[in-house]
Amino acid sequence: MNIRHSTYHRALEITENICIGCSHCIKVCPTEALRVSGGKAGIHADWCIDCGECYRVCPTRAIRVMDDDFNHIFDYQHRILLVPSVFFAQFSDSVPRDTIYKIIGELGFTEVCAVEQSVDTLIDEINEYVKNEDGPVISSFCPAVIRLIQVRFPSLVDNIMKLLPPIEITAQYYKKRFEREGVSDKDYGIFYLTPCIGKIAAVKSPVGGYKSPINGVINMDYFYNKVYLAYKKKLPITRDIIINSELSAKGVLFPTTGGESSHVEGRTLAIDGMKNVIDFLEMLENEEIKNFDFLEIRACDESCAGGILSHRNRFLTADSLRNYAAQKPDTHNLVNDYKNYCSAVVHMDKIEPRSMVKYDRDIEIAIKKMENARELKQLFPGIDCGACGAPSCEALAEDVVRGQADINACIFLRTIFEKRGEITLKEAIRIMEEIWGKERFDKQD
Amino acid sequence: MHFEYKVEGGDFTQAGYASSQIKKTLKQLGADPAVIKRVVVALYEAEVNIVAHAYRGTIFADITPSGIKLRLEDEGPGIPDIEMAMTKGFSTASPQVREMGFGAGMGLPNISENADSLTIDTEVGKGTTLTIIINFNKV
Repeated sequence: MNIRHSTYHRALEITENICIGCSHCIKVCPTEALRVSGGKAGIHADWCIDCGECYRVCPTRAIRVMDDDFNHIFDYQHRILLVPSVFFAQFSDSVPRDTIYKIIGELGFTEVCAVEQSVDTLIDEINEYVKNEDGPVISSFCPAVIRLIQVRFPSLVDNIMKLLPPIEITAQYYKKRFEREGVSDKDYGIFYLTPCIGKIAAVKSPVGGYKSPINGVINMDYFYNKVYLAYKKKLPITRDIIINSELSAKGVLFPTTGGESSHVEGRTLAIDGMKNVIDFLEMLENEEIKNFDFLEIRACDESCAGGILSHRNRFLTADSLRNYAAQKPDTHNLVNDYKNYCSAVVHMDKIEPRSMVKYDRDIEIAIKKMENARELKQLFPGIDCGACGAPSCEALAEDVVRGQADINACIFLRTIFEKRGEITLKEAIRIMEEIWGKERFDKQD
Repeated sequence: MHFEYKVEGGDFTQAGYASSQIKKTLKQLGADPAVIKRVVVALYEAEVNIVAHAYRGTIFADITPSGIKLRLEDEGPGIPDIEMAMTKGFSTASPQVREMGFGAGMGLPNISENADSLTIDTEVGKGTTLTIIINFNKV
């Protein structure tokens, strides 16, 4: 199997010496892309959608986010940090936003801007787009949802809105601004502070024939610690920072559930949380859902407030965002600028499906293998215990017919084979150690 | 590869189970998404027809490298006038069924539109058997 320790887009990596092979991750993966072998988790890279559900449950932090080295920012003379509104909501309301800006400057950035500055312009574009489409338009905002659709719901790729998400439009705005000012692209670096892993993948390998102008992605969890530590230690402020704080209430709330759909004309719906998303997409694919114009679909519960790299309780984060929005105006001063410079660049190409080859590309072979897998599944106990290193009996049956696992990996069958004298106790132990690692059983002696 | 699913008349909450299962299977086999969509739509409509009109039924699905054959046998009232039943918008569904969002008279026409071949065998007072064939596209 193409099992690796990093993902398709290299947004996640399993650090082998930290992974304890606890199998928590294999159970939560929405595409069943994880397995445990040799006592360590591995990722079926082609199936991973970079949603980060595994990162969320990993008890040892063995799953590492492949963000960029922070010091990389100093390669540029102008260093712009695009900050999502969720970042400010990580702090309690008693931490002044002005101080946070100053600390961001002290840490090395020369200018800071809200990611959601482009939202007002984007909403106009969305409404125009939705008007001209037949089927329900699925928002392109959540990168994990786009990748989930590519892998698990390929027939819905054409429903994904072919407009760039706010982060890319804001980045394009900056690129255009520097071009206008005659600044060489070697002299400015645009950095994105990300509340999720999917967006790292989205920046590094975007969909829809697009190349991002973003030079680096910074992990919000990491950066929060850096900023909060500076705040607690009262780090002296010696550097200036340009604060581009133009942002509307719409912008602040855009990453929260309903923050997008509530501004789209027609019949809309907002869905959040991976399980809800999958259930809904199944129905949409079956054409059981009709008459909707626009669907805001987001992988995380409470949308970006519940983002993988958002450390604070998702409900408190969402509450802070609502308070923040209440202090912001309905529109901001750069809206016209955005219209002028960005409406030409907000479109992207068609998104291609990424088929998940389960058995074989040849349908004749695929049918044979699937028949075998169905028979095998009948043989397994149906407990989905995960003691074989696969997330379910069905997944193990599939692995066996693909030649990537052995039927003896099932602890129940193994015990029966042992009783029948078909395998020795020594052999059974060897299989157990092969899956779960030799060392972990040493302590039992 | 052969599959069988039981369908109970009046059990709207379970309607769609067979089409979801078949969809999952076809996806795993790597069938063309456009073909899968046609199968799912046709099968779902046919499944709902049994739930809405018949007492009970069985769905038999056979998947081969060339395509899928679906046979839906039901015990039910049968179709007195097939031509009428094939007319878009014609419906004999009860008001209760319509209230649930079904019975718009698009069932059989929709199945026919999505199928490469549709055969209807029906006997009034006994039941109906639909045979739907959808071919896989050659890649």
